[in-house]
Amino acid sequence: MKHYRAHLLVCAGTGCVSSGSFKLKEALEKEIKTRKLEDEVLVITTGCNGFCERGPIVMVHPDGIFYQLLKPADVPLIVEEHLLKGRPVKKLMYVPPEDKTPIPKMKDIEFFKHQRLIVLRNRGRIDPEKIDEYIAFDGYEAMGKALSLMTSEEIIKEIDASGLRGRGGAGFPTGRKWDACRRVKGSPKYLICNGDEGDPGAFMDRSVLEADPHAVLEGMVIGAKAIGAAKGYIYIRHEYPLALQRMAIAIKQAREYGLLGKDILGTGFDFDAEIVEGAGAFVSGEETALMASVEGRVAMPRQRPPYPAQKGLWGKPTVINNVETWATVPNIIRRGSDWFAGLGTKTSKGTKIFSLVGKINNTGLVEVPMGISLRDVIYGIGGGIPQNREFKAVQIGGPSGGCIPAKLLDLPVDYESLTEAGAMMGSGGMIVMDDKTCMVDVAKYFMNFLRDESCGKCVSCREGTQRMWEILRDITEGKGTESGLRLLEELALACKDASMCGLGQTAANPVLSTLRYFRHEFEAHILDKRCPAGVCKSLIRYVVLPEKCTGCQACKKACPNDCIKGTLKDVHTIVQANCIKCGACQEACRFEAIEAQRDEAIQII
Amino acid sequence: MVKFRLNGLEVQAEEGSTLLEAARFYGLEIPTLCYHEGLSPYGGCRLCVVEIGQGPKAKLVTSCTYPVEEGLHVRTDTRRAVASRKMMIELMLSTAPNSKVLQDLASKFGVTKQRFKVRNEECVLCGLCVRMCAEQMDGKAIGFQKRGYKRKISTPFDLKSAECRLCGGCIYVCPACQLRCQGPNADTDICNACLTMDPTCLDQYEELQCWMYDAGRCGTCVREKK
Repeated sequence: MKHYRAHLLVCAGTGCVSSGSFKLKEALEKEIKTRKLEDEVLVITTGCNGFCERGPIVMVHPDGIFYQLLKPADVPLIVEEHLLKGRPVKKLMYVPPEDKTPIPKMKDIEFFKHQRLIVLRNRGRIDPEKIDEYIAFDGYEAMGKALSLMTSEEIIKEIDASGLRGRGGAGFPTGRKWDACRRVKGSPKYLICNGDEGDPGAFMDRSVLEADPHAVLEGMVIGAKAIGAAKGYIYIRHEYPLALQRMAIAIKQAREYGLLGKDILGTGFDFDAEIVEGAGAFVSGEETALMASVEGRVAMPRQRPPYPAQKGLWGKPTVINNVETWATVPNIIRRGSDWFAGLGTKTSKGTKIFSLVGKINNTGLVEVPMGISLRDVIYGIGGGIPQNREFKAVQIGGPSGGCIPAKLLDLPVDYESLTEAGAMMGSGGMIVMDDKTCMVDVAKYFMNFLRDESCGKCVSCREGTQRMWEILRDITEGKGTESGLRLLEELALACKDASMCGLGQTAANPVLSTLRYFRHEFEAHILDKRCPAGVCKSLIRYVVLPEKCTGCQACKKACPNDCIKGTLKDVHTIVQANCIKCGACQEACRFEAIEAQRDEAIQII
Repeated sequence: MVKFRLNGLEVQAEEGSTLLEAARFYGLEIPTLCYHEGLSPYGGCRLCVVEIGQGPKAKLVTSCTYPVEEGLHVRTDTRRAVASRKMMIELMLSTAPNSKVLQDLASKFGVTKQRFKVRNEECVLCGLCVRMCAEQMDGKAIGFQKRGYKRKISTPFDLKSAECRLCGGCIYVCPACQLRCQGPNADTDICNACLTMDPTCLDQYEELQCWMYDAGRCGTCVREKK
């Protein structure tokens, strides 16, 4: 094997790819060739590093130097300075917002420092398209152990003892699920990997599939041995082309190495996996709907029981787990259940990946131990709110999750605490909101998503989400009434109670949790016809504050409807009749001279 | 036989039967809309919800789809179940206010107010017609389209279905539009046009007006009254 003195690890997760990491890789390779360094330095593409805000990212191994926000034009500088002269380039390093000294090493950056990588352990360090690199980092070791040294019962016992719970949202103990399926008589049995990640703002499954597809495969082989399955399906949504591509490569390579297929590692155990491409409905993520989709029918949930473990795919016993759960399994088998159970809280073990998005400085993907407080995630790893604005709420658990307010910032992140607070773990999306977010508007946004994505079978969910959305829309337009608010609450509870699947049962959460913590905002909209955050267009009007306006004309240039009048250095005015309330002027103003005020005209009506 | 508790009573039912079947056997009335004895259970209207389990883990399930389970605690008329049923009736009635079946249900359950904006869609998507067509008539001429609030029932691609034999089975089972195909002169009688395969609307119009034929367009009586 050829040895190189340095490796350049170019992040090729979807985030970095869209900000140009493939072009960067080309430029790096070209520059290395012209400098005749091709025998000394190797460029490698890796899976997502998680710090998507700062892409494209390049790590220099073995120095551990972290470069960010790179452009192909920066390439000659890196090669010249770092690779030839051994001087890391300071101006391309990450600079934290609070103090201005660049941080050279990845492990010292606040965003990475507090993370605990288990599922994402191979992110940013191996090429996901090369099985040898996965094997070099203990890959398939756990599978070998499970197939040759352990019985089905022992595997299940180990998983059960680790306390692993499903990472897809509901948090059902994985060991119990497997055990139930193992005990059911029936053949063949099936495994499914649920990669139909549909929550807005969540992308951890995509990242795992892109960064470490073999970990998912390895987990599935172990699961197959545990329940006695010979066939697995990996359901990945069509919108994840890179994940689909890398998983296809992974399956091909694993087959070539005899790690999938007949007689795996000479143990006489057969298992093969196949990719199924999803058709892009949010509800397909529900397990019974997903199985219907794999069978070629419309993705529509059905009543449980019978549970998939009893009657699943094609009526056969089936175990269905989330991508993250499967990728956790090899780690538990390799390092033992005691080690895994030592992480996290009493009821929620191990680590969980969260996607941090919204009004937060460090957008990206983080893996943290269960039980970490929201404050540590948002202010520690996430680096707080941009422009030092005030934190208002964090929306956890996808569209059917809930909003957790600032007073609960010290809440530990685990399954029970989140459910108690009116949110849920869900797939782990965290949408951070600052004081410029209107909670009624947020509830309306998620309800709009849900009324679209409900499968439409249950009256409670189909009509419930539609009617809740209508009431919320009326409130944001200043047409809300107190009786409407009471009806909204009543409807939300009925929707939660009477719906069949997880989507309907949790569809009311955006309404219930915002009502629980932000009822005063609903009341302000209804009683005072006022949007406290200045978001709801029907309730506000933009005005220029004469004492702050410098007459710079920035707002005038930004206005798409030409409704700002005023000459240079004079106080400007907004012609309300023509204003479409897009807010462009407010964004353009550098002096905070444009304010969203309550629209008095609405009050009169 | 499976033993379980139904409203506090120790009862038994055959394995594989549903809670609804068991409850009806014991003479308990549970309202249904999308349920039909001759068709597979669907669980869409949510009227037949009953509360199972006890304490904080108690939950509502549709009795038409939930199989009897050994030792299960079932209560058919709890506050939660009744409140949900009333809300479902109100929701469905707001989409199809002219349905006799829904009006009867509303009056029976004391749903006297209509708090939602009325939509007059005349379809509550109970899926009876779809199942009737597929399971009893072996037709599969109609099916569900789209999802969420855009969901509707129609023929494939909204075109005349070659599978449709105009048997009228779908109209026969429909709780919302069953009176739709009355002839222009009959306000109360079911015209039987579908059953006799001689639709009366052809007396008035060049083409058959029923939605089986050209999806989306409804019966003559509705049009005539306007």
